[in-house]
Amino acid sequence: MSQTNQATPSRTGVTVVIAGEAGQGIQTVEYLLAKILKSEGYHIFASKEYMSRIRGGANSTAIRVSSARVAAYAAGIDLLVALDREAPAHLADRLSPATIIVGDAAGLGLDRPVLDIPFAAIAAAAGNKLFANSVASGAVAGLFQVDFAGVERAIAAYFRGKPQAMVDQNIAAARTGYEAGRELAAAGRAGLTPPDKDAAVAGDPIINGSEALALGAVAGGCNFIASYPMSPGTGVLIYLSQFAADFGIVAEQAEDEIAAINMGLGAWYAGARAMVSTSGGGFALMTEAVSLAGMIESPMVIHIAGRPGPATGLPTRTEQGDLELALYAGHGEFPRLILAPRSIDAAFYRTAEAFQLADRFQVPVFILTDQFLVDSFLNLPELDPAGLENEPRIVATPADYRRYELTPDGLSPRGIPGHGAGLVGVDSDEHDEAGHITEDLELRVRMVDKRLRKLELLRTDLVPPLFHGPADYRTLVVGWGSTYPAIREALAGLDRPDVAQLHLEQVYPLPPSAVAYLQKAERIILVENNATGQFGKLLRQETGRAASDRILKYNGMPFAVEELAERFAALLTADTAAEGSAV
Amino acid sequence: MEAKDFNLEHAAIAWCPGCGNFGILNALKGALAELDIAPEGLVMVSGIGQAAKTPHYLKCNFFNGLHGRALPAATAIKAANPGLTVIAESGDGDMYGEGGNHWLHTIRRNPNLTNLVHDNMVYGLTKGQASPTSPQGMITPVQVRGVVNEPFNPLAAAIALDASFVARAFSGDLQQTKEILKQAIRHPGYALVDILHPCVSFNKLNTFQWFKEHTEYLDAGHDPSDREAAFAQALRTDRLPLGVFYLNRERRPFEETLPAYADRSEPLYRRRPDLAKLAAVIATRRD
Repeated sequence: MSQTNQATPSRTGVTVVIAGEAGQGIQTVEYLLAKILKSEGYHIFASKEYMSRIRGGANSTAIRVSSARVAAYAAGIDLLVALDREAPAHLADRLSPATIIVGDAAGLGLDRPVLDIPFAAIAAAAGNKLFANSVASGAVAGLFQVDFAGVERAIAAYFRGKPQAMVDQNIAAARTGYEAGRELAAAGRAGLTPPDKDAAVAGDPIINGSEALALGAVAGGCNFIASYPMSPGTGVLIYLSQFAADFGIVAEQAEDEIAAINMGLGAWYAGARAMVSTSGGGFALMTEAVSLAGMIESPMVIHIAGRPGPATGLPTRTEQGDLELALYAGHGEFPRLILAPRSIDAAFYRTAEAFQLADRFQVPVFILTDQFLVDSFLNLPELDPAGLENEPRIVATPADYRRYELTPDGLSPRGIPGHGAGLVGVDSDEHDEAGHITEDLELRVRMVDKRLRKLELLRTDLVPPLFHGPADYRTLVVGWGSTYPAIREALAGLDRPDVAQLHLEQVYPLPPSAVAYLQKAERIILVENNATGQFGKLLRQETGRAASDRILKYNGMPFAVEELAERFAALLTADTAAEGSAV
Repeated sequence: MEAKDFNLEHAAIAWCPGCGNFGILNALKGALAELDIAPEGLVMVSGIGQAAKTPHYLKCNFFNGLHGRALPAATAIKAANPGLTVIAESGDGDMYGEGGNHWLHTIRRNPNLTNLVHDNMVYGLTKGQASPTSPQGMITPVQVRGVVNEPFNPLAAAIALDASFVARAFSGDLQQTKEILKQAIRHPGYALVDILHPCVSFNKLNTFQWFKEHTEYLDAGHDPSDREAAFAQALRTDRLPLGVFYLNRERRPFEETLPAYADRSEPLYRRRPDLAKLAAVIATRRD
């Protein structure tokens, strides 16, 4: 990974990176700085990269601090808070001569200038070397010259419930760090130019991707989750478990993914709104039950947080590698819907919609995200659950109720046991209208046709694509899911009146308006966080249009704004674009 | 209610004439009728196999899902609507083989459901391979030199796991089986009834006559709250005891432990999210 730093015009604000070993409390610094800087009036966006281990290794969190809303990963580092000796080497590709490094100068042993603040020594003097996190947070706050009251508030909130002496010691540690940072800044030695502030930001909620999904699920009426922990899908299970008592949600850690999704189907059958959250490897075990959902026409919401495979792959990294798995999971032929939220706030709304769409069409609905999206957090504009539809589409059954009544559009009124005078039978075998096993081959054909008619209902703009750019574009940059903010920011930095962006959140079936945009493009540049261009293959299959160029990334990291800007610039200035060579 | 209230007209039964499943079906209809459980409030959940077809021959709500997966679905149905009577029913292969992990963890969870296992010690639907409970030495088209694996002992395993109700029945005794089923259905928690029955087509060893000769009811003096005594009975092979081996009234049913039902009892389908409360949660992320 290499990209230019600082000079890239598309970057706004300052990127602060905290790096060190797992167990050093990087996430504490991340949390404290996000709260401190947001309350001071900065927009913040934080994403992390980490190793699959509990202690040690080399991990980092990048916080973009800016005067305008940003939601993409930017690789360049303006300020590096180095908590251990390995940090600068680990991030060498992302450092530039202009990067300010702050840390224990003697301990880091670098042959370049370091703003010397010995975190560990200050922490030890304050009472415990574990307070280094507070020292580091205070130091950065000082460099940004924020009001110390904000630091104090954030620390008090973070250590809520802990002994007062410990809170006080941490605040004292932070204050020493803060003074050191502020003196460096005041003396003009820091070289850091804080972005302009925006007072309105201070009131924004800070929410991460997993939490946005969980909140959206609640808004959509989710009241049942069963899952087996697997990074990075576990966060949704954790949040919904924490909401269980307040919102009346049944949250169960299943013995395996197979149990989880079968529980989900049982719950929907009995009238609950259920979901499962997993990653590709866990979802692989669920495919049998996806087929069952197809056969019994059960609604189901399946969240797959992508990480690089195959098999165990890179457990803590990101990838858009499971689109084809979601697309083809399950044997037999049946309809499904696949949604891929473009951002953290979109994850909230798409997840709420997923429950409504699953219920309405009685199909499995997939929500595809990835480690980058679920592990990032930012200050958000209003997330408003008011007005989101969550009324179940169930009917009180009449005495002669038949679950699979043949209807012109393929949708049978969905009854549940215990609600009405009728009986509700569902069967994984081919069945008659009452749900009983049949080997009537003529009826089999009618049932297949009934189920597949729902696919036509799904082939509408259920979630319209996003289009940005001139109506008379020549080149269309196409992406899906979590790559949206990076593509958007990179394109915004290029002044190209002939280039537009099309982004899909409904990735299957393709919304008709997206097909129209694609057909109009002379040149299509496809951006995907995977190695084979899975969405590009789907586009070609569904529309006949192949991408002219593909920008693919599969080293486990998300696209950085700078690298996309460079790639776009190179492709758009090349005289001899490799038209039609890709896919 | 009467047993015939559970008759399903026009059901085309796919079992072999003389199959032990008929006896279990009849005992179940009788038990449900005597307990006055209306078909509308009953959900039968099954996997795959001949036993798993039972819900198609009985008037009830049913979820006939995947091979081995009846228990997770049944647990969730009960958790989503605790007012339903839930019976998970399938064969020895389905419950103990394909679904073994779910069986183990369902016992740990202790949902208030009844788990009927039609145990004929052979795979019937796939025509005669060994099942987890097949006796050693049984020759099949796959186990051509005879079964070598130790047979699974579901009763001993269930008692070891502290299942809250563990019983064995024999399909040839309609009256006693019905009584055991009634106890199991009434039991507030997970109730296992392993029901021995012959497979007239594929198990030539464990025939109706064999079961008659190799089973006997537990003594009237057997105390089902005595776990060690229950375990000793479960290990017997000279004769296979029938009746209620073990009963633990201390364990709380899964649904009762769920925070979702801590201060309200309505089933999940009657609930709507409190969006004002959700907005308040989002607001706490502002500071």
